[in-house]
Amino acid sequence: MQTEIIIAGFGGQGILFAGQVLAYAAMDAGMEVTWFPSYGPEMRGGTANCTVILSDQEIGSPLVKHPQALIAMNAPSLDKFEPLVRPGGVVVVNASLAHRGIERTDVKGIEIPANHIAEELGDRRLANMVAVGAMLTLLPVLEMDQVKQALRDHLPERRRNLLEPNMRALDAGAAYAREHAVLSS
Amino acid sequence: MAVTAPSRPLKVVYRPPETYLGPTHYCPGCTHGIAHRLVAEVIEEMGLAERTIGIAPVGCAVLAYEYFDFDGVEAAHGRAPAMATGIKRVLPDRVVFTYQGDGDMASIGMGEIIHAAGRGERITVIFINNAIYGMTGGQMAPTTLPGQVTTSSPYGRDPRSQGYPIRMAELLATLDGVAYSVRHSLHDPTHIRKAKKAIRLAFEAQVRDLGFAMVELLSTCPTNWKMTPIEAMNWVRDHMTTVFPLGEYKVHPELRKLRV
Amino acid sequence: MPKRELMKGNEAMAEAAIRAGVEAYFGYPITPQSELLEYMSRRMPQLGRVFLQAESEIAAINMAYGAACTGARVMSSSSGPGVSLMSEGLSYIIGTEVPFVLVDVMRGGPGLGNIAPSQGDYRQVSHAGGHGDTFPIVLAPASVQEAVDLIYQAFDLAEKYRTVVIVLADGSIGQMMEPVALPEYRPLPEKRPDWAVTGEPGRPRRRLTSLYLHPEDEEVVNLRLLKRWRQVEANEVRYRTYYLDDAEYIVVGFGMAGRVALSAVRMAREEGLKVGLFRPVSLRPFPTKELRRLAPKAKAMMVVEMNSGQMLDDVLAAVQGQTPVRFYGRMGGMVPFPDEVLEQIRLLVKEPPTLDEDPRERWIAHMEQMLTPAS
Repeated sequence: MQTEIIIAGFGGQGILFAGQVLAYAAMDAGMEVTWFPSYGPEMRGGTANCTVILSDQEIGSPLVKHPQALIAMNAPSLDKFEPLVRPGGVVVVNASLAHRGIERTDVKGIEIPANHIAEELGDRRLANMVAVGAMLTLLPVLEMDQVKQALRDHLPERRRNLLEPNMRALDAGAAYAREHAVLSS
Repeated sequence: MAVTAPSRPLKVVYRPPETYLGPTHYCPGCTHGIAHRLVAEVIEEMGLAERTIGIAPVGCAVLAYEYFDFDGVEAAHGRAPAMATGIKRVLPDRVVFTYQGDGDMASIGMGEIIHAAGRGERITVIFINNAIYGMTGGQMAPTTLPGQVTTSSPYGRDPRSQGYPIRMAELLATLDGVAYSVRHSLHDPTHIRKAKKAIRLAFEAQVRDLGFAMVELLSTCPTNWKMTPIEAMNWVRDHMTTVFPLGEYKVHPELRKLRV
Repeated sequence: MPKRELMKGNEAMAEAAIRAGVEAYFGYPITPQSELLEYMSRRMPQLGRVFLQAESEIAAINMAYGAACTGARVMSSSSGPGVSLMSEGLSYIIGTEVPFVLVDVMRGGPGLGNIAPSQGDYRQVSHAGGHGDTFPIVLAPASVQEAVDLIYQAFDLAEKYRTVVIVLADGSIGQMMEPVALPEYRPLPEKRPDWAVTGEPGRPRRRLTSLYLHPEDEEVVNLRLLKRWRQVEANEVRYRTYYLDDAEYIVVGFGMAGRVALSAVRMAREEGLKVGLFRPVSLRPFPTKELRRLAPKAKAMMVVEMNSGQMLDDVLAAVQGQTPVRFYGRMGGMVPFPDEVLEQIRLLVKEPPTLDEDPRERWIAHMEQMLTPAS
C-alpha cells in the first residue's frame, strides 16, 4: 500500500515544511517514507514543491507522475498538477490564491480559503497546515494525532511558539473540509 | 711523494648536517644542493628533524625527499601548499615545509600558494626561482626575464605576448596571513649566509605560530641557461636581482626581535 | 525497529562519515552536494576534527591527499564538475596507495550542465578516476539509508585495500529526506598505520610518493595494485535482487534508476509480467559474474540508467551475448517516472529484442520522438 502526495506552491508558503511534517508523522508511525523536494534555483522566489510517499514496504521511485493527492497552494501549482492526480485521488486547493476551482470530476476535492483561515488564526504562515488538515480529512492516511505529535517532536526550537497555532490550523483545516468537501464520482 | 698524516687532529671548521643525504643528482653549478643543505642545517640547528615533514614539488627537486633524513611526501605539480595544509591541519604540532620551483609555485600552483598564504597556514615554503623550467628542458617560466631566451621563448620573452615576470615575495607580502616573505640569493657565500638566516626565520615563524612564511631564493640553472657555473652565478647577480630585488617584503615584528 | 531519524541524504552521508570516524574533511561548494560540506562545517569543529573549505576542488583533493598520507581518515565530496578537477588528485592518491573516501553527488552534464539528478559520472569514476592504471572502488547507493551504510563501510574498505572509495550518489539521493537508522559512533583510531608519514621521532624516516622514475619499478607497483584489485573483485562485489526467482525478464539499474525500475517492476508484476530487478551496488567491482550467471535464464534484459547507457556497456560485456539486452535511459538531469519504465517493460515482453539488435537503437528513436515538439 503506497500513497503519494504532492504539495506545491510559492517559496515561502511552507511547502517543504508541510511535506516534512507528514514525513515525520509517517516515520514515527513506523511507515517507510520519502520526501523529495524541488531544489535549486527554482526554490528562490519561484514555485516550490515536494513529493511525499508513504508506504508499508521499501519505496521504489521517490517521484511519481500520477500522485494520489495534491495540495495546490497557488494557481500555477493547480494548473500544473491537477491533471496528473490519479483518478479517485484527492485535490486540495488553496482558494485564497487560486484563480479557479477544481476541474477534475473524478477526484475528491476541497477548495479551502487557507490564507483566510490562517489569518483568522492570527498568522498567514499557518495556511500550509490548514491545507494539510483538510487533506487528512479526505485522505486519512495518517491520524491527526500522529501529525500533531510529529509537530511536537520535530518543530524546530526557534519555532516553538508556533506549535499551538500550527495544531489549531490543522484542526481548522480538517473542520472546514468536513463541512465543504466535494466528493466526486 | 708520500703524504704523511698530521700529528694533531684537524680542526673541524664545518660538519655537513646529518639529515642532508647528499650527494645529489643536480647539475654542476645548480644551487638546489645549496638550498637543500641550508634547509637541513636550519632544521637540525632548531632540533626539529624528528618532527618535520617535507613536501617535494614536481620539477628538478622532485626527488628532494630523498636528500633529507626526515619524513617526506611527493606532491602533484603545484599542489604542495594544499598537501602541506592537509598534513599541518591533521598534525598541527609537526613542522611542515614545501620546497617548490618557479613553475610549480608561480604557474600551475599559483592558486594553492596564494590561498595557503591567505589562510595563514603555519607552513614554511622554500621557493627556488631560477627563471626557467629545468626538468622539462628549459622552457619559459612565469619568472623568466623579459628578453630571456628559453626553449619555448626562442625569440626572447616578449612581455607584450608572453607577459611579465611575477614577483612572488612582493605578491605574498600583501596577504594578511603571511608572517614572513623575503627574497634572497644563492649566488655567492655572503648571500648564502643571509639566505640561511632567512630560512631560519621562516621556520621560526612556523614554530612560533606567527603565520605563513616564504623564502624566495634566486637560483641558477647553468644547464638550461647554457652557461658555465660561474657565468650562471654572475647572471643571477647582474640580471636576476635587477628584476627580482633582494629584500624583506614582510617580517612579523616578533621575528625582527630574534637574533639568529 | 531501531530509532530512525528523518534526514536529507547529504546530511545523513556527512553524519555517517562522522560516525565512521572521519578525522578530516576538505571540500568546495557545489550543488547538489553543498549540504554535506555545510554539515561538516558545523559538526567537525564541535568534535575537534578538521574541516576546511578549500579554494578549489583541486586544492581540496590535495589537502585530502596530504592528510591521508598521515594515516588519518579523510574524505571529500563534490559533484561532476568538481570531480573532474579532483581526478588528478585521485590518481595520485591511488598511486601513493593511501586510503581516501570521496562522495560524488552527480548532476546533469556534460560541462556546467545543471544541478538536477543524473548518473552521468558512472564512466568518469568507475572507468577512470584519474590518469594511469587506477582502480577506485565505486559504490552506488539507491537510498539515504544505503548511502549511510556504504559510507560507513567505505573507510574500512579504503584502509583495507589502501585505495580510493567513491560513493556515487546523485542529486536526488543528496536532496531527498528518508528515515535512517544511524550507525554507532566509532572511536577515532589511536594508532597510525606503519606506512603513515607522521613526523614521528624514534623510527626511520618514511616517504610516500607516486613517483617511480624507472618503468621497471612502476610496473612492479602496477602489478601490486592490480593484484590488490583482484582481491577487491573477489571480496567486495555488492548487489541487490528483487523478484528474480521466477523472472523471465531482468531489468538492471543502479542507484536512483534502480529504484525507479523497482517501482516499474512491481507495477509489471501486478500485470502478471514475470520481471525481476538486478541492482548493482558496487559499480567497481562490477557484478560481472553474477549477471553472466543470470543471463542464460533471462529471455531478455533491459538496462535502465539516468545517462546515455554507460553501465549498459558493462552489462553487455558481462552477458556476453547469452541474452539480448535493451536500454532505456533519461539524460541531462531528467529522472524517469516508473510509468515510462513500465511501458518499456511491456514492450520488452511484447516485442522481445533479438541478439543482433543494437541495444540503443529503439531507445534513440523513442527519445527523438518524445523530444520532438508536437507541430
